[in-house]
Amino acid sequence: MKLHYEVPGDDFSLAGKASTEVKKALGRLGIDPGIIKRAAVAMYEAEINMVIHAGGGVADVEILPDSILVKLEDQGPGIPDLEMAMQEGYSTAPEQARELGFGAGMGLPNIKRNSDDLHIESAVGSGTKVSITIKLQQGATDQA
Amino acid sequence: MKVADIVQTLEGKLLSGEQLLDTEISSACGADLMSDVMAFVKEHVVLLTGLVNLQAIRTAEMMDIQVIVFVRGKTPTKDMIEEATSNGMAIITTKYSMFLACGRLYEAGIRTGGMRESC
Repeated sequence: MKLHYEVPGDDFSLAGKASTEVKKALGRLGIDPGIIKRAAVAMYEAEINMVIHAGGGVADVEILPDSILVKLEDQGPGIPDLEMAMQEGYSTAPEQARELGFGAGMGLPNIKRNSDDLHIESAVGSGTKVSITIKLQQGATDQA
Repeated sequence: MKVADIVQTLEGKLLSGEQLLDTEISSACGADLMSDVMAFVKEHVVLLTGLVNLQAIRTAEMMDIQVIVFVRGKTPTKDMIEEATSNGMAIITTKYSMFLACGRLYEAGIRTGGMRESC
């Protein structure tokens, strides 16, 4: 099963809507609620990041027999220092993001914590690709 | 503690989720930053927040949190109540500040909150 979403960057009230829909779709497939929560949180954080930092982008979700693959791609400014960005509390989000309840420097660490595999490809000036894998088998990681 | 007891303890108003009044809540999370909520791993949680936008509802939905208290007398918008209602969530408003609302719930018996494994 494949799902595709365009994530607009100019309307914050829509940020997270794609992840909400994915969570509902996974629920309808009868996937374990703990696994759904991890996939939903990881995608939601990545979707919010795309809206806050990159002016939106696209999200593709593929549900395979053994895993859920979530890919988010934007044409934003890219992440200059990925190692720093992965640290809890480090944030380059604008003040406005904090007023909206985000920008605490927890987004990428939360994505990592909830993923079985996380791959981020980013180049300054040309955008970011985030690939998240969540295994469907229970107990696949100690976070399950 | 039941959701009905939370409403009473906070002298709150229930704006949606009447069907949850008898639901047991065993832990609480007070936060205005939603990523902090998502770093929180408990079940049967009430979320207390001063953040009044759709992301508060969506974050709770992602975390399977069924009960949200908006503190400091803040009123959620119609859109928010609609989204919460369609997700079967309870929305409570209270005049108390975050500190006082958390304190009242703690005193009334909710003693569990999230704690990070390391810091």
